[in-house]
Parts: sequence; structure tokens; C-alpha cells
Amino acid sequence: MTTSKTTNLNRRNFLKTGTAGLTLLMSGVAGSRLAAQDASGQVIIGFSQEPTVLHPHMPHIEVDEGVHFNLFDPLFTVNSDGDFVPALATEVPTVENGGVSEDGLKWRVKLREGVTWHDGEPFTAEDVKFTIELQQNPNFSAMRRTGHELVRNIEVVNDHEITWEMESPFAPYASILSWTFIVPAHILADAEDPNQTDFRNSPVGTGAFSFGERVAGNYIQLNANPDWWGDGPYLETVIFRYIPDMTVLYTQFRTGDIDVIGLQGIQFDRFEQAKQLDDREVVITQASTVESISFNLGKPQFQDPAVREALYYALDKTTIVDAIYYGIPEPTESFLPKGSSYFHEDLPKSEYNLEKAKQILDEAGWVPGDDGVRVKDGVRLAFKNSTTAGNSVREQTQQFIQQDFAEIGVEMEISNLPPAVMWGEYWQMSEFDTAMVGIVYTTGPDPDVSNYFHSTAISAQGGAGQNTWQYKNETVDELLEEGASLFVQEERKTIYNKLQEVVREDLPFLPIFQYANLRGHKAGLEGFDPNVNVRIETWNVGEWRWA
Amino acid sequence: MARFILHRLGHSLLLLFLVSLIGYTILHLAPGGPLSQYALSPGMTQAELNQIAERMGLNRPIPIQYLDWFTSFLVGDWGESFRDGRPVLSVISGHLFATVLLVVSSSVISIGLGTLVGVLGATRRYSAWDYIATVGAMIALSIPTFWFGLVAIYVFSLQLDWFPSGNMYSIGDESFLDYAHHLVMPSVVLALVSVAIWSRYMRSAMLDVIGQDFVRTARAKGLTGQRVLYRHVVRNALIPMITLAGIQLPMLLSGALVTETVFTWPGIGRLFLDSLGYNDYPVIMGVLMFTAIFVLLGNLIADILVATVDPRVRLE
Repeated sequence: MTTSKTTNLNRRNFLKTGTAGLTLLMSGVAGSRLAAQDASGQVIIGFSQEPTVLHPHMPHIEVDEGVHFNLFDPLFTVNSDGDFVPALATEVPTVENGGVSEDGLKWRVKLREGVTWHDGEPFTAEDVKFTIELQQNPNFSAMRRTGHELVRNIEVVNDHEITWEMESPFAPYASILSWTFIVPAHILADAEDPNQTDFRNSPVGTGAFSFGERVAGNYIQLNANPDWWGDGPYLETVIFRYIPDMTVLYTQFRTGDIDVIGLQGIQFDRFEQAKQLDDREVVITQASTVESISFNLGKPQFQDPAVREALYYALDKTTIVDAIYYGIPEPTESFLPKGSSYFHEDLPKSEYNLEKAKQILDEAGWVPGDDGVRVKDGVRLAFKNSTTAGNSVREQTQQFIQQDFAEIGVEMEISNLPPAVMWGEYWQMSEFDTAMVGIVYTTGPDPDVSNYFHSTAISAQGGAGQNTWQYKNETVDELLEEGASLFVQEERKTIYNKLQEVVREDLPFLPIFQYANLRGHKAGLEGFDPNVNVRIETWNVGEWRWA
Repeated sequence: MARFILHRLGHSLLLLFLVSLIGYTILHLAPGGPLSQYALSPGMTQAELNQIAERMGLNRPIPIQYLDWFTSFLVGDWGESFRDGRPVLSVISGHLFATVLLVVSSSVISIGLGTLVGVLGATRRYSAWDYIATVGAMIALSIPTFWFGLVAIYVFSLQLDWFPSGNMYSIGDESFLDYAHHLVMPSVVLALVSVAIWSRYMRSAMLDVIGQDFVRTARAKGLTGQRVLYRHVVRNALIPMITLAGIQLPMLLSGALVTETVFTWPGIGRLFLDSLGYNDYPVIMGVLMFTAIFVLLGNLIADILVATVDPRVRLE
């Protein structure tokens, strides 16, 4: 009945008496079941984008994951300290506990007993097998196949134990599993077309909350799952409310119409005001996205490392962060987020020095032409910089950078494009000159960045991946391959430190800062725990409660 | 009459075809596409994007895609949303109630208030009231709906706390009063521009009629001023207003686009904006066609109504 509600116009009529009676009846039933769990109250989370794809393995955007995390569970999840925590598995498989073989090729996972799906069916190893196989199904529009493609010979040992083999050792697979939500085989296995199932609109999971209803363009309601295996949930209902305009989103946070302001959160220019609000807590949370000026190394201007180095000297990060971003994010030198256990603390700090920049270009043989723009071997040091049109903060940054670049004899033309154009083939197939872009390089908590920096990941050269810089460095390739095949953290750390040093030296992009967001919630909401290792802050609503 | 309606329906179908062709072409002229939103997802590759595109049929030539879409459209299959996979018609109908509620209530306000202001302005021409109404209409026409909406929220929600700052109802309440409470601000804001237009048209229509011979005759018969005004002048002045109502419909719908965003109203306008942002082609086309049908029907009904109430007009 809940699904028909979203599509049926009749629900909107004013004859509320029938519905009210029914709701009363339903809440009565739910109430008696919940009494033992002590779930009470509701929380309304405001998002500036609408979650629409409730099947966690079909193509979706980050806001959808904010809902997935609460409907479904992975085998193990990653907490805000970057540690894996068992969820549907009883322990996280590692080399030490024998869950992963020494060579990384054999995996064994023991599953929690007594877990049920929201429809009451028991959760078993068959569900895990089905979920991994679904990612491999060529007829299924899977969001991510990376890692799952390597899995072979999945074997259900018994209802609560499963084993599989990997075609080749792939350390990031643990991180990938930490965001692979297990979906029910008993509902999805028999679908004729795996892409066309009702599951998209009426999902069934094992998570802390079960699906209530979705009113398109308005909100999604989840209800407490009293049979959840974890502690909690402590809230009876969770509402994800869609509020498209950032100003309106903030206004509703002020008026108290929403309890939590999520996703893009509060705009930076409102930070001072927001901090003064009564009964509201506003926090700066780190995100794993790194903002950079990215070069297309396929263009002749950027093949000379001196050019990239000089431009880095002409990049005044401190002023950009302080003046344009209200000092909220932190400047960075690495592609890994601070907060990752692999973050390299001691990379050389960049320096803003226009004289040095000019000197480097002079020495490299780039001499100013008649119009003041430097030239070498017939190549003008002029390029376009592109980003999403309409992003006013980035546009200010571009104008600021443009002036400094002009100072050292470099012509940067600002040429912004609508998002669909910018991040389509123009970006994916390396058609841009330079781009101002924020990228999450990591695979969840894993430092593997092969998809970005390996020379085989250049789409423009027939590869598969997001190496849109067209960055090629043999040392990098070797480090990436070695890092992905090691399973002991200390050994991996050495590799990824080296990698960060090489990339900092080569500068395929100029890192500016690591993203930070302003989030707010009503005072008295406990358990709100922003997590740099996931894409959204509503990853643990099962643990939220009102004081 | 029947011939007229058939004739007009034929015209409308041709128009709908043209609208769909132009809409589809413009939509696909813009580079990028529905998959670019996934492009920056961690771990996504161009090869995987291509696979998804193939499964969605987006790799076919655009004329083929159009023909496929149009033939399905003709038999009532409007396709499925790229975002959540639901049938377009059910997506639209899910948002329809909110928009209809908003547009109807703001029409009631704008027609009622606009007529009143117009009538008073015409009967007390060049009075202080008339000047105030004129200047007021100018101001109302010049204020962007978006700004007015935000000011209204600031004053009446944040400062005075009289009305909610948005949404169509409180989750868990959904009573008639709750809807009405939420409806006040958006419908007044949306009505503002229409009141201004409506009152200006009404005023000049009244002035046209007041000078007519039959009004003098009515007065000569010895009818009271009130009776002449309401039985003869206003009724005749309202006839051109029916046509205006038909023309106003698309304006209201486009106004709803903005109002729905400011007041987080889950209607068609916002659906359209969102779908544009995601390049959700089937839904964009669906809303476009739906609006076109709505507007064409509105105009047709207005014409028929005019003919019904005004014996001087004959539909051929």
C-alpha cells in the first residue's frame, strides 16, 4: 500500500479521515513492537538534492547513498576513524585472522546469525553471493564493477559462511565491500530483467530502518526496524526532506522545520550568522574531496614540468581559502584527505612567489611575446580554465588566479560550461585545457588511486578509468600495482607515501584545498558523526537519538 | 460548434507534434547527457558509462530515438524516468496535485481581487484609490516573484512566525487546515503578478463598456447605479476576461516554477527544473507535452466559453 501511495493521486485528497484512522492503527501496532527497543521521536533531514534511486547498486548520486546506508547493511562498514567495523559479518576478514589468505586470493567471511530482512525472511550467505554476482551480471546496470569483477568461485559453505577467490590480489576490495550493500536474493533473484524491478521504489534491506513511503519531489520516510541486529535504532521515523534551494534550506533550518541540514549544508557566507543561532549546533566537517586546478597533459603547454611548477608558485592558496572560502577548508598538498590513515603529513609546502615563478619560466626558455604572453617553440602559454558554470565561488577563484597568472606572463581564459557538458565527454575524454575540479580520489578508506593515476586509466587513449590528466609515470604505475597487492597496512603506507611524493613533484594538478562542509543540527541530537570515509553524513542514523 | 472543435483539435495535434519536435531537438542540441551526473562518482569509468548508455538506448542516432519516443508517446507510453525508473505519467501525476492546488487557489485570489480592484478603479476613475491601484499594479508587476517570496518568508515566517516557510503540509498532520496554512504564502505570492495584470485589464474593459449605449439605456430605464453596474457593465466587461484567463494559464504555470522552488512546493514546476538538471529526457519531454496539452485545452475551452456566454460570437 505504501508504494501505491506515491503514485496514486488520491492520497492527496483532503479526505484524511480514512488515512488518519489507518495511520493510528499502524502506529499502534508499531508502537507495541517498538516498546522494547525504546525508539521514539523523529528526525527531519534536509537535503538540497532529491534521493530517487533506492536500489543501491543501480547508477545513483551521493544523496541516494544517504538513504541506502539506513535501509541496507554492508558486510562491514567503515567508521569515522577509518576503521572497519563488522556489520552483517561477525568479523572483518584480514590476513591476521585468516579471513584473507597471505597471497590475498582466498577470502572467507562469517556472517551474523539471526538477521532478518525487513519482510521477515532470514538473511543468509545466499544473499551475499547474489549481491556480488549481481555486480558481475552483464545485463545489470551496475553502478560499480571494480573489484567485484575479480571475484571467482563464490561458495556458500553454510547459511552463515561464504568463501570466494580473487583472480588477482586486490587490497582495495575490502573498502569496496564496505560500501557494497547486501540486497535480498529472495526478492531479486527471480527478476526477468534485473534492471526492471519494483525494488527501486520499494526496497527491502536489513538496515536500521525500513522503507516507509516516498512522496516524489517532497520527502522519503523510513521507519524504525525493531529487529535490527545493531544497538538501536533510537528514532521511530526518519524523514529525508528535499529542499532544492540553498537559501530556503537554510531558512528551514533556522525556523526549525528541519532538524539536520545535510549534503551541501550551510553556505560559507552564513557561517558567522549560523553560529549565533539558538539551539543549533554548526560544525565544520572534513570531506575527502580535493579541489585542484587540473592540467590536461595532452596539451603542449603543460608537457613542460617547469610550467606546472611555475604556475604552482603563482597560486596564492592562502588568500583563496581565507578570502573566498571564509577560511573554512584547509589548504593541502596531497590528493589523499587528511583523516585518511595514509595521508602524508610532510609533503613540501607550496609557496606563493611570483618572482620565483617568473624565474622558473625564464630559465625553462618561455619568453614573453609581443602581447606579454610567454612563448616557447611556437607554443603560447595560454589556455582555458573550465568548471561548472554558475558556481560563483569557483568563478571568483578563477578570476583571482587569472590575475596572478597574467602577472607572470600566462594567459588564462575562463570558459565555464553547464555541468552536464563540463563533466561529460569534455572532461572524461580529456578535451579540456585546465579544469577547476573537486575529486574524491580514494576508494572509501582505501588509498588506491589506480583509477586516477595509472597510465592504463586514460579514457582519451582507450583506457578505462578517470585519468583525465593523461598522466603517465612508470614509477607511479609500479607503486600503484604494488600498493594494490599488499594487505598489511604498514607496508602499504610506505608505498603510498612515496606515491604522494611523486605526484606532488610531478604536479599533474595543483592541489588547492581539501573540502570542508558546514553542517548543522538541532542541539540535543546525539550520534551525529560526520565521516570522511563515506560520501554522506547520514551514514549512521541508526545510532542517532534525541537527548 | 462541433466542426469548430474538431478543426481546433486538428490544429492542436499538429502544434503538439511541432512542440515535441522542437523540444526534443533543443534538448539534444545541448551537449552532455543524462549520464554526466555519474561521471564524477568514485570508480566510474568511461567504459562503464558507455555500457549504461547502451542499455538505456542513448547510443542510437537522435532521429531514431525521437521516432521511438514519439510512436510510444502516441499510444500513451511516455517512457520511464532516467532517475528513478518510474513511468513518466505516474511521475507527472505524482506532482500534479501540488501544482493544481497552487494554481487554482492563486487563480481564485487573482481573479477575485483583480476584478474587484479593476471595477473599483473604473468606477472611481482618477480618484486617489485609482492612482494607488495603478501604482500598486506597476510595483507588483516589477517585483521578481523569487525576491517577493523570500521577503515574505523572512517577514511572515522568520520574524512574525505566522506561516510556515515552505512545504505543502506538515508530515504527520496533513489536515485540511494544515494544507490551507501552508498554502497562504505561496498562493498569494504567485497571485501577485496576476492580480496586477488582471486589474488593469478589468479596469479598461469596464471603461469600454461604461460608455456603451445599452448602459445609457439601462440608466434611462431608471435602474439603480448598483444594478446597472453589476447586471450590465461588469457582466459584459468579464467576457474578454475569459480569453485572458486562457492566456494567463501558461503564465501561472511558469510563475509556479519559481514559486514552487522558493516554497519547497512539490509540484510540476520543480519537477521540470530538477529533470532539466539531471537531463532526465523522458520526464522533461513529458512535462513539456503535458503543459502544451494543458495550455492548448485551456485556450480551446476559453474560446468555447466566450461563444457560450456572448451570443455575438459564433464559432465557425
